[in-house]
Amino acid sequence: MSTEETNIIVEPVDKSKIRHIVNVALILFFVTVVEFIIAFTLASGGLRTSIFVIMTIVKAFYIVSEFMHLGHEAKGLRWAIIFPTILAVWLIIALLMEGSFIHMARY
Amino acid sequence: MDTTTATATTAKEENLWDGGQSPFKVSYGKLMMWIFLLSDAFTFSALLISYGMVRFSAESWPVPEEVFSAIPFTHAYMPLVFVGIMTFILILSSVTMVLAVEAGRRMDRKGVEKWMFWTIVGGIVFLSCQAWEWSHFIHGTGLGGASLSSNEYGPPAFAAYFFFITGFHGTHVLSGVVINYIIYYNTVRGVYDERGHYEMIEKVGLYWHFVDLVWVFVFTFFYLV
Repeated sequence: MSTEETNIIVEPVDKSKIRHIVNVALILFFVTVVEFIIAFTLASGGLRTSIFVIMTIVKAFYIVSEFMHLGHEAKGLRWAIIFPTILAVWLIIALLMEGSFIHMARY
Repeated sequence: MDTTTATATTAKEENLWDGGQSPFKVSYGKLMMWIFLLSDAFTFSALLISYGMVRFSAESWPVPEEVFSAIPFTHAYMPLVFVGIMTFILILSSVTMVLAVEAGRRMDRKGVEKWMFWTIVGGIVFLSCQAWEWSHFIHGTGLGGASLSSNEYGPPAFAAYFFFITGFHGTHVLSGVVINYIIYYNTVRGVYDERGHYEMIEKVGLYWHFVDLVWVFVFTFFYLV
């Protein structure tokens, strides 16, 4: 490590930014805890699965938008990343339907 | 005056893609990291969605709560508790990564060192938990355990997908820890102080958050649903 003095200025901590990070972390913790409570209280079925999927999307939104900072990037970049994921939505519909048909054909 | 402002705005928008400026207002490295993560997201989507297809087509499927009910150092029946702890560890290491990025923006080397250190620790703890989870899953409950070709819990595809998806995610965590360590080492050596910015922390931060993001989906579709 060099001992020479450099002219690097360390900016002071912005408390509001830290508070924002902590808030997002608390939301993620809270959603996960609620997921646990639902896992043990609600019987498995369509309703429970839909709740889990919605809560997963909520968590994914906060991670991508705040932690990965995509929500604060240029509009073009936001859409360049979000729009292609529509292909995954298509794949979900296609393969899950296919899976059901295979199930029907087999049993 | 209104017309001049309007003309200026139009001119700027027209020139946005004519070169000389970044339309997305990000550096080359960060944009490439985003494109890579998008392609990686498709790989994980393909794995998880094909898991869904096989599960839909199977006659029966194991209940995850009954399979993943063990916790180290005790024989208690605690469904999903261990994997819940793993989830919290990974979210926590994502939070420390955000704090490292925040410190980097302020050119605070000591802060970056501290938070990167805890991010690496979180990653290693997560990997150790996963190693224990795998070992327990492979040895099973005395009824033959699990391998790629057969398992005591249900269809062979169940264990095969478990190994493949959590294994692929674990490989990402492992490479993330290695990359984080390299960045930590460079920070301690003062490479980024010399460079004048800490954007490298943001780039590896994107990768690390992505690993956390994938785990959120794996957790839901493998353990909860």
